[in-house]
Formats: sequence, C-alpha cells, structure tokens
Amino acid sequence: MSLADPALAAGDTPVDADELARARARRRERVLRWLLPSVTVALMIVLWDRVVAWNEIPHYILPGPGLVAQTLVKDAPILLPALGVTLQITLMALAVAVVGGVGLAVLFSLSRWAEMCFYPFAVILQVTPVVSIAPLIFIYVDNRLAGLLLCAWIVAFFPILSNTTLGLNSTDHNLRDLYRIYGATRWQRLRYLQIPTALPYFLGGLRIAGGLSLIGAVVAEYVAGTGGIGSGLAFRILEAGYRLNIPRMFAALVLIALTGVVIFAVLSLVTHLMLHKWHESAIKREN
Amino acid sequence: MVVTWRKPKPLGERAKLLEMAAVDKAFAGGTLALREMNLTVNEGDFISLLGPSGCGKSTALRLIAGLMHPTRGQIRWEGGEAEIGVVFQEPTLMPWATVEQNVYLPFRLKGQSFVQVRDDIHLALKLVGLEKFAKAYPRELSGGMKMRVSIARAMVTRPRLILMDEPFAALDEITRHKLNKDLLELKEKIASTVIFVTHSVFESVFLSDRIVVMAARPGRVSTELTVDAPYPRGEDFRTSAEYAALCRTASDALHAAMGETA
Repeated sequence: MSLADPALAAGDTPVDADELARARARRRERVLRWLLPSVTVALMIVLWDRVVAWNEIPHYILPGPGLVAQTLVKDAPILLPALGVTLQITLMALAVAVVGGVGLAVLFSLSRWAEMCFYPFAVILQVTPVVSIAPLIFIYVDNRLAGLLLCAWIVAFFPILSNTTLGLNSTDHNLRDLYRIYGATRWQRLRYLQIPTALPYFLGGLRIAGGLSLIGAVVAEYVAGTGGIGSGLAFRILEAGYRLNIPRMFAALVLIALTGVVIFAVLSLVTHLMLHKWHESAIKREN
Repeated sequence: MVVTWRKPKPLGERAKLLEMAAVDKAFAGGTLALREMNLTVNEGDFISLLGPSGCGKSTALRLIAGLMHPTRGQIRWEGGEAEIGVVFQEPTLMPWATVEQNVYLPFRLKGQSFVQVRDDIHLALKLVGLEKFAKAYPRELSGGMKMRVSIARAMVTRPRLILMDEPFAALDEITRHKLNKDLLELKEKIASTVIFVTHSVFESVFLSDRIVVMAARPGRVSTELTVDAPYPRGEDFRTSAEYAALCRTASDALHAAMGETA
C-alpha cells in the first residue's frame, strides 16, 4: 500500500466487472459479519425457549430464556452489586497482572540472569491449576480481598509476562546495531526500541489476560466461598445453587459471560487504537 | 537553503581519515573472516568493497563501525572521534515511527530535542527527495523510498564517514539505477566519505573512485583499482566506452580474486 496519488485516481476509467463483483463481496461480508452471529444467537435462544416449552421442563431444572431475563431484572438489586464486586477484583487483578507481568518482563530483558533464575517459577505458577493453590492462599492470606486478587493475578499475569518478554527480545538486529553505533544507553534502547517493538506482543497478551483475570476472580471466589463483604457473582451462583434457584444461577452466568465479552471488546478496541497506524495486523489491503 | 557540508578534494590531496593496518578477524567458531586487511580511507573517498559472498566485506564494515573488535591489527581514526552513519541492506526503519521521527533517531540518541534539529532533518529529507513524506509511516512507502529514508538518517548528523552494506541489493534494477545516480548527486552535495559494500561490478564502477576487490576464504584484499572518471557521473557515463572498459577491468580483477580461492 502506498500514499494516494491524485494522478492515479481512476477518474473516467470504468471499473471492470471483476472489480465490481469484488467490491460487492466486500460489502456483503461487512453486513454478514454482524448479521450472521446475531441471527444464530437469536435462533438458539428461540430454540432453547421452544425446547423448554414443548418438553414442559420445570424451571428448577432448566429455566427458559424469558424466565432468566425476568430473574435478571427482578434480582438486579442482588446481582448488580455482586457484578460490581467481581468486576472490581477482575480489573484490579488485570491491573496488577499488567504491572507485574510487564515489570518482570522488563527485568528479564535487562538481566538474562534474572530471567534464567525466575522464569521457571513463572511457568510453575502458570501450569499449577489455581483451584489447587487457592485454598492454601486463603489459609496464609488473612485479607480476603488480597487473597482473591492474588489468585486472579496468578492466572492472568503469565500471558502478559511471556508475550512481553518475547516482544522485548524480538527487536530487529540491524536496528540494535544502529543503536549501538550511535552509542545508545541501555535505557534509550529499552525506551525507544524494545518497548515499541514489544507493544503488539504485549497487547496480544493483554487480551488473553483480560479473560483470564475474570476466570481467576470467579474461581477464587468459588474457593473462598463464604459471604459477608465482597460477595461476587460466583458466590451468588453457589448460593443460588444451594437453594435450587436455577433461574438466578443462569442470570448470574449470563452476567459473567457478558462481562467477559465486554472486557475482550474493550481490549480489542484499545489494541486497534494503539496499532492501526503502523502495525501489519491493522493494515487493510487494496488489491 | 544553504548546504554547509564539506567539499571534496582531488584524489591525490585528500587527508587520511581512517586506516586499517594488518587487521585479522577470527570468529570463535574457528572461521578466519578477514586476513591481513590493509585499507587507507581518505577524506572524500567513495570506496567500494567488491567481492563474492564470504569475502569478509561485511565483516570489514562491522569492524570499522566498531560493532566488533579486530583479532589482530589496528583500526586507527585520524583526528577526532568516529562519526559514522550506516545504511544496511534492509531499510531498517522503525515501523511505529514516522519518516521524520526515524531520521531524528541519531539526534534523539544523543539527547537533542526534535525542535533543535528539525531543520537538519528536513534538509536531509529534501536531499533524498522525500520532504513531502515527513509525516508518513514506513509501511506507506515503496522499497526505494524506504531506502532513501535510511540514507537520510545516515547522513542527517553530517558524519565524516558513511558505511553502506549492499544497500540496493534488494531493489529492482530500475530503482537501483535511480538510487545510484541520486546517491552520487548527494555525495557531491554533502562530500562525506563513503565505504560501499557491493557484489555488483557495475554498481562499484559507476559509484566509486576506488574499488577494493576482495577474495574469499579467508577474506582478504586482492587488488585495488582506481576509477579515474570525473564526477558528476550521469547516464552518459553509464553508456560510455570508458565505463564499459572499466567494468571489464573490474570484472577481470574480480574473476582473478575468485580464481585465487578456487
């Protein structure tokens, strides 16, 4: 792709049928990209509703979508504060994961020794299922919020750490030589070369970490169990389960899923805004 | 705009800028990349290092750039510290930065603010014919234009020596001819000293006043030729009988150098 040159504008030259067909296909795809998933989801909801109605499934086994929607509205005073708690832990965990992940990655890139020493620990933390560490964490950490945060962080920080480390080490070797020739300091190299190089990698890790921090927060709440302060959506699901309040379980589930989607969409938007000017992933081809 | 770069002197009267004296470079793996390389670079020279791949011409360039140290022998700068600009085979631009920010890089690493050097940057871009593209991103430019940005970046600090490592090897022939011609015009204007690595006989004859022919395994200097044709050189030089004769001489020298290894 090159800069638009007015001399190259098509002007009076008619566009051939092949090009027109391609333009039509592009327009069609733009519409279908939104239309198809929306229609599919709508159909699935209708199907769900019909299956429940035709088979007369009792609501304590499988509530219909209408009942779930009603419950969502009726129980909003309980569910929304719970959503607030879960969201708070998720976002705090994500923030700590970004700080911790990027901080460690920068440390690793500045000192290969540090990387050799500590990278195995990061991998061990990552591959150990959080449900199996969480009970221990709640024994050792008195503060419940801190415990929840720690669990969510363990799940979320690794993709950021590993992606950012990869990015910081992926600088163009000629550029690295150029920086050396001009006598760049280590700090200048990090600031002007490594960090911009790592940005797309970091953002890829961030999108994964966004979903993982929500999962981490929910899992940690399950393990932490007890109510009192900071009862999030997971606690509400457990509680509703004990009371066989299945519609409320579904309503809470819908909220968690929606939250995950929104987090992903926001992070995708952030990625696009930060990269669309220069990165290959955001470039549209003309031919 | 006034160009205040140095002016070149005739070949015989040039002051010595840099000397490589009996330089050996052996790599840890046991390869001898360069053996007993002697090279005197004078202020204002346009030197081509011509040779087959593996003849150590890139190694010589990296030694001069200070990216490696010689195993034996010395590289001496005459007067002043090493001020160099480098152009690699790839444009080696930072994709996240605009054209002018890329050209600003050498100044930025020296801690100078953009405002301080804006005029220098725009002059350099004007000299390579890209003043209209200052705010463009590299991906918006063609291969030849990216290479021009790379050249602008190498010369923006007005270095005494510019090192070019097969800069046009990846470009198509038409673009390459155009850039050869423009590089010579540029060299006339800025009168810097250039060491140009290439494996094209034609390119080396067209561009340089001295051709250092190198042989491979181990890399060493085979012969040195002088191209005694006046600058500025244009398309008429490329089609002249003199040019054809010089190419023949250089080609023979290159074959002789390759014969030494084979």
